[in-house]
Order: sequence, then structure tokens, then C-alpha cells
Amino acid sequence: MKIPLKYTIKNFTSRKLTTFITIFGVALVVFVFTAVLMMAYGIQKTLKATGQPDNVIVTRKAANGEISSLVDGETQDIIRTLPHIAVDNNGKQIISKEPVVIINLEKLSSGVSNVTVRGVSDVVLELRPQVKIIEGQMFNFGLRELIVGSGVTGRFKGAAIGDEVKFAGDSWKIVGIFDSDGSGFDSEMWGDSQALLNAFNRGSTISSMTLKLDDVANFGDFKKQFEFDRRLQQFEPKIEQQYFEEQSEFMAAFIRIIGLVITVIFSVGAMIGAAITMYAAVANRTVEIGTLRALGFTGWSVRFVFLIESLVIAISGGLIGIFLASFLQFFNISTLNFQSFSELAFSFSLSPWIIFLSLAFAIGMGIIGGYAPARRAAKLNIVDALRSV
Amino acid sequence: MRILKLIIKNSLRHKTRTILTILGISIAVFAFGLLRTVVTAWNAGVEASAANRLITRQAVSFIFPLPLAYRDQILNIPGVEDVTYANWFQGVYIDKTQFFARLAVDAETIFEVYPEFLISNEEYQTFLKERNSCIIGEEIAKQYNLKIGDLMTIEGDIYPGDWQFVVRGIYKPRDKTTDATQMLFHWDYLNERMKEIGSGRINEVGWYVVKISDPDKSASISEQIDALFQNSRAETKTESERAFQQGFVAASSAILTSINVISFVIIGIIMLVLGNTMIMSARERTREYAVFKTIGFSAKHMVGLILGESLFISAIGAGLGLFLSFPIVEGVSQAIPKGMFPVFELEPITLIFAVSSAILIGVAASVFPIMKALRTSIVDGLRFIG
Repeated sequence: MKIPLKYTIKNFTSRKLTTFITIFGVALVVFVFTAVLMMAYGIQKTLKATGQPDNVIVTRKAANGEISSLVDGETQDIIRTLPHIAVDNNGKQIISKEPVVIINLEKLSSGVSNVTVRGVSDVVLELRPQVKIIEGQMFNFGLRELIVGSGVTGRFKGAAIGDEVKFAGDSWKIVGIFDSDGSGFDSEMWGDSQALLNAFNRGSTISSMTLKLDDVANFGDFKKQFEFDRRLQQFEPKIEQQYFEEQSEFMAAFIRIIGLVITVIFSVGAMIGAAITMYAAVANRTVEIGTLRALGFTGWSVRFVFLIESLVIAISGGLIGIFLASFLQFFNISTLNFQSFSELAFSFSLSPWIIFLSLAFAIGMGIIGGYAPARRAAKLNIVDALRSV
Repeated sequence: MRILKLIIKNSLRHKTRTILTILGISIAVFAFGLLRTVVTAWNAGVEASAANRLITRQAVSFIFPLPLAYRDQILNIPGVEDVTYANWFQGVYIDKTQFFARLAVDAETIFEVYPEFLISNEEYQTFLKERNSCIIGEEIAKQYNLKIGDLMTIEGDIYPGDWQFVVRGIYKPRDKTTDATQMLFHWDYLNERMKEIGSGRINEVGWYVVKISDPDKSASISEQIDALFQNSRAETKTESERAFQQGFVAASSAILTSINVISFVIIGIIMLVLGNTMIMSARERTREYAVFKTIGFSAKHMVGLILGESLFISAIGAGLGLFLSFPIVEGVSQAIPKGMFPVFELEPITLIFAVSSAILIGVAASVFPIMKALRTSIVDGLRFIG
């Protein structure tokens, strides 16, 4: 016969302080666990959103990021003859030739960091419909003007409309702010591709070429034609979305690994804390347990009760931890993305999957931490238990 | 001494609980050690900086080159002893995940400016004579099992093409903080290849490393160098090597701050686990303490008893944690790619900090139970059932 739940609930009110401390310990561990997962997911989400599923980006195979990729003029011309490239209303191919460089800007908080400057072609807004100018206006092609992403303008000095950024021996005027719906582009500054190439004396060598497919389904064929051409051997085409997702892999994996190592270690600590509390609970209620057993409740019922108590502690701690972690979503942070070597702004992101994982983690801690004490309670000798003081 | 005996016996009363508490503390101690080691490793470049070296790079950002012609102008500045230069070559070695620094350097001067890279004269002379030879750091030689005479094939990215280098020397690190994971080859070789293929990128240097005779003059010489090239197409930014390295660390400040915060959260958890135990054990023994007080033990003795037990447990926990830190840090250092954190080891200061925290917590965790024990009157204590 099962021991009623009321018994469990009443017990919590008797030893408030120690129970509270244990719950708090579990909450802390779950908080860190959730926060780490949220950070890694935030980076991935930001970078994944950066790409469109029907855009193809071409870079050099050996390059780790756009920064170290070089696509010369000849190669660009060869790529333009490939099939399946979408055209706009005027019959012009939707291709953006992009030199990508890094400049140093001073952070508003302190120190200096790297910001990506991307040269884009005039069809870029058709290529990337998620990008909207939210303040000021689009830059004039042919002039030394820039628009900055919303992630840059709030974070760096001299990155507001009207400010001038000095590089390549010239001053570039910021004329607008754009927003790309929380993607990696928010951390970039855009200018006219040709103007930037001229300023940096790069001839016609760009970093990457992004084109729109007339139909997503045609990518397979596009890729086949691409790989067929021997002159394009050193380059590779990727769906834009996939390319940027891969750019986030290293950072996300790095954060996850450090985070998981930390949390696993913590969780052992929290389980120990839970176990100590439960052992104390058992020790204190020895007479009660003996009485219950004498009344006829089985060892399994007793074990069950203590496991439930342990689980309630764990789940309460888990829910508190997740709740606290969810506030992190209001924070935007930015850090250096090792792969692209430039600053990436992102925010902690919570997903149902993360909530599920964190709860499962908390429950796991509860079960493991409470198992041994529950077992001890179940195995107590009834007579000795009744006699103990 | 009687108190010590009491303390030990008290701890052994609930063996499981004592062992669990000790384990909990030890885990927190080595976790703390591991995290701080990560933070220290991140800052390793800063620690390895020499006070008498300046880094001159393109003012716009690190990725833009400087003309080779700048070298002689920098050398002419009073106070400058020597100037070497390097280009970030990188490329792909084996696969994209094998990260370590691959640089084209000025063979004549590199080891003058970096005396902490120890190379035998014989190997150095061979290196000088062979155009496509390279010198690698000891850690890289170990990781990839490379010996003198082996071939390293790199697929260039920034400098496209297939490149092959012959290992002609392996340098050893002079100090514990020295980076032993670099691969250095002839800048002249890079330049010649660029000329051969008709690339416009000839006579370009990634950055200059300036050795000065008086570290105190580092700020003024930096200004002088930058003044030389102001308003030119390639303006420079010169700073001490330490400031340069710190710039990299600062770029990842968000992550580092998080790790630091977590280190302190760990200390908080130790406090909770130990505090929990002490509170429970003190509550159990309320009647005992009352009996002690009746017999004549003074407040001093009570404090000594509770504090002693707390310190006893935390000291053993700290000791165990310390003991475990070494193999764990060693294990993690094997798991990460050598080039990422060239120097990854436990610093003495980290250990001292971890152990003192554990002991301080031992004291802090006993405050509440001590206060309770002292305040409870003898009569209430004797009446306590629990």
C-alpha cells in the first residue's frame, strides 16, 4: 500500500533550513547548466539565421572563414556562367561580390575589438531580404559610405549615424543603421564592394561570392556543375545558411564542452549535497520509519517515499534554476568568434529542448542523490528502528 | 588534545555523511583549480610577453599588411636594438582543426628578438641555408611525431597553393610561459613564391616585432614609430607586447568573465555543502553541547569543538581536491589542441587560493552552528528532542 503524499509534504516543513539550502544548491547547478546551453544555442541561432536557404556562398576550400578566403576576378567570371542563378526584374543576376575585412574599433565598455566590414553589391537587399534599414538610409554606391548593423552601433565608439570611421587612408561616413533580425550580420558594417576593393588596393579579389538560386531544389545540380569545372577546383559552394552555421560550430562546441565539464562536476557536488540531506532525513525519522513498517507498509513504499522527497527537492531546485536562467535572455553579449576572428553579438536563447534537458538533468540528480539514502531507509530493521532514540 | 580526539570521533560518527562532505569539498576544490587554470591559460600570452618588445601592426587591423620598407626606418630610431617581422601564413595542415601558429619570419633576426626560443646553432645554420625549411616548436614535434628531415605539407588559404616545408630544427621553450607550438619558415621563401606567381602582394609584412634596449622607453618609442608613418597609406599602431596580447584576451572578455563568475559560484557551493553538514551535525548534538556546558566546558571549548570539526573536514576535503587537481588538469591539457592554449598547467597561486578558500569556508560554515550552540541555554538544550 502506498504511503500518502501528505506525509511527504508535511516533512518538508519540518526541516526548512537544510531543505532550502539543498534546493538552492540544485538550483545553482541547474542554472549554470541551462545558462551554458543557452549561450551555445544563442550563438548557433544567431549565425544560423544569418543565411538564407536559397542563397549559395562560394569561398575558397582551404579557408576557415571569409577572412582568409580569396576569390579572384577570373574565378568570379567563371562562376557567373553557371546555371540556376536567379535574376531580378531587370534581368540582372542576383550576385553579391563581397570583400570581407576586419577593422579595429574601440568598445564602449573598454578595450578594442575586431569588427567585420563587408563590401556588398547593389543587389544585396534582394539577396538578403531579412536585412532592413531601421534608421538613416542605405549608403550610396560609389561613395565612401557605410551602414552599420544594430549590434555594432550600441557596442562600439564612433559607430553612430554621422560618425566617420577612418581606414585605408580615408574617412568613411556612417549613413544608416540596419537590422537583420538577430543574425550575424548585425555585428557587421557594410559598404560598396567596389569602393572597398579600391580603398584596400585589392584589385578585383574578393573574399566570397554570394548568389541567389532560382529554386532551392536546383542546388544539387548547381553544385554538380560547379564541381565539374576543373578551374573551380580550389573553391566550394555552400548553402548560405549551412555555411554560417558551420562558422558557429567551433565557438558553440567550445562553450558547450567547457560548460558541460563544469556542470558535470557541479552536479556531482549537488548530488552529494542532496544525498547528505536525505541521509539526515532518514536518520532523523528512524522511529517513524520503524512505525510505518510495523504498521504494514512495505520496504518499497518507504523507499518510494524518500525517493519522491529527493525528487521534489531536485525538481524544485531545477525549476528555480531554469526560471532564473530565463532572465539571461534579456542580456546581449558579444565576444570574439575565433573562427571569423571578429566580434559577434548574440543573446542567450532558451528553447523547449533546453528546458527539457535541464529538468531531466535535475531529476537525474535527484534520483542518483536520493537512491542510497532511500535504500537505507527501506532496509532498516523494524525492531532496532522502533527502539532508537 | 582531548578536543582533537573528540573532533575526530565526532566526525567518524556519521561516516557516510563525513565522507560525502569531504568528497563534495574536494570536487569543488579541483573544479575551481581547473577553471582558474583555463583563465590563466587564456592569459598565457600576456605572461609570456617581454618588457623590451613592441609590436607594430597596421593601424586599421591586424589583417592588413605593412610595407617591408618600414623596417629600416624603424631600425633608425634611437633606442631600437633590433627589428624582426612575421606574416601570418596559417593554411591547412592535415585538416582544418589542427590549429597552431604557422608564420613566415625573417630568419636572420627572429631568434635574436625571441631569445626564449632555444635552438641549437647547428640546426639554425641548416635552416638558414635551406630556402623551404622550417623550425617547429617542441610541442608540435611531439604532437605530430615530426623529426628533423620530415616534410610538412600545407595547403595555403591566405597564400593559396600547395606548400611544402622540410623540418630542419626543433626549438625548445626557455621559460614555463614560452609558447612551444609555433611553426616558423623563411619569409623570403614566401616573398619569392609571391613574385613567381605575379601576385601583387610582394614585400608585405604582417607585423614588426621591435626589440628596444630600455623597457621604460617603450611608450615614447611606440609613439615615435607611429609618428613616422602617420598619414601614409599604411598607418601603424605600436604597443608593448603585453598590451598587444592583452588586446586578444580582452576580445574574449565575455567568456572569461563568465568563467570567473562560475569559479566563485563554486566557492559558494562548497560553502553550502559544508554549511549544511555543520548545521545538521550541530542540531543533532544540541543535547550533547548542553551536557558539555553543564559539566563545565566553557564557550571557548564549544567554539573549538565545532570549529575544529568544520576545519578538519574542510582540510581533508581540500587536500583530496588538491591531490586530484594534478591528474585532471593534465588530462584536460591532453584533450585540447596544443595550439589553442600553448601553456596549460596549474599555477602555485591557484592551488594556494583554492586551499585557502576551502579553509576560510570551513571557518564560515561553522559560524551559524557555533552561535546557536552558545546561545541555547542549558535547560533548553537538555530538553531538545530534535
